[in-house]
Amino acid sequence: MSTSETRTEDHEDHEDHEDHEHPSDQKYMQIALLLAVITAAEVATYFVHIGPALIPTLMVMMVVKFFIVAAWFMHLRFDSKMFTRFFVAGIVLAVSVYFIFLTVFEFWTKG
Amino acid sequence: MSEETTTGLSHNKLAMWVFLGSECLLFGALISTYLLYRNKFYDGPAPGDIFDIPFTSVSSFVLLMSSLTMVLALSALQKGDIRNNRLWLLTTALLGAVFIGGQVYEFTTFIREGLGYTTSPFSSAFFTLTGFHGVHVSLGIVMIMSLLISSYRGKLTKKNTETVEIIGLYWHFVDVVWIIIFTVIYLVPNPTS
Repeated sequence: MSTSETRTEDHEDHEDHEDHEHPSDQKYMQIALLLAVITAAEVATYFVHIGPALIPTLMVMMVVKFFIVAAWFMHLRFDSKMFTRFFVAGIVLAVSVYFIFLTVFEFWTKG
Repeated sequence: MSEETTTGLSHNKLAMWVFLGSECLLFGALISTYLLYRNKFYDGPAPGDIFDIPFTSVSSFVLLMSSLTMVLALSALQKGDIRNNRLWLLTTALLGAVFIGGQVYEFTTFIREGLGYTTSPFSSAFFTLTGFHGVHVSLGIVMIMSLLISSYRGKLTKKNTETVEIIGLYWHFVDVVWIIIFTVIYLVPNPTS
């Protein structure tokens, strides 16, 4: 087996296991700053009227914040994909079940 | 050295992720119930009349920053820096306590303004959802304080970074749940009486 092949296998093996490099403290602070800016933008929507774009804008910012925390602070970006699958399975199941639940109660049409 | 497993992954960490996946269903149920009942406030205060967005925004910011201090605690322990690990753990617990203090203040204000647990379907759904979240934060604080006690007893070293990482996962999950609650319950325009 060549050295490059061994390196590739080592790399893949490394990705599948939990011994992974985490970001630097400086990177964590940059991420926190980004989250703070998005939160400030969210709060600003309470004071500045943006009309019908309000709810979609809030939802996008919420989802972005959720994924930033999950990817960087919970290390899903660096950890085994198995952890991501378990977490995403929970989210997908919850969203599907409760979307159906709210539909049954005619939540979307009653407003 | 970590134990050998068939997947190559820590069983404890995997168990925490499975638990967090199941927690999505719990909070999904509570959020859905709130959405169904937010318009049913009858003669009691309406959500739009009672929520104090600037106050809750500060609480949300505090909880968000506690996620930063939690990863910094983990990062310090990974470097073998016990002193900073303790400092960041203590900061995380204090930020969590500030959040809980804010929630207690919010609840008492609401009750004083006539919004009790059984005032309306809206109030029951609101207190159940945010109360459950508060209990999760409180349990997180207890876990972080137990890490601190372990550290002062010399039992929390670079060898057990996984323990801090697992409790950190729980803490960050509580934070992401609040990210959803803050937007869906507080920031999305609420009905007024």
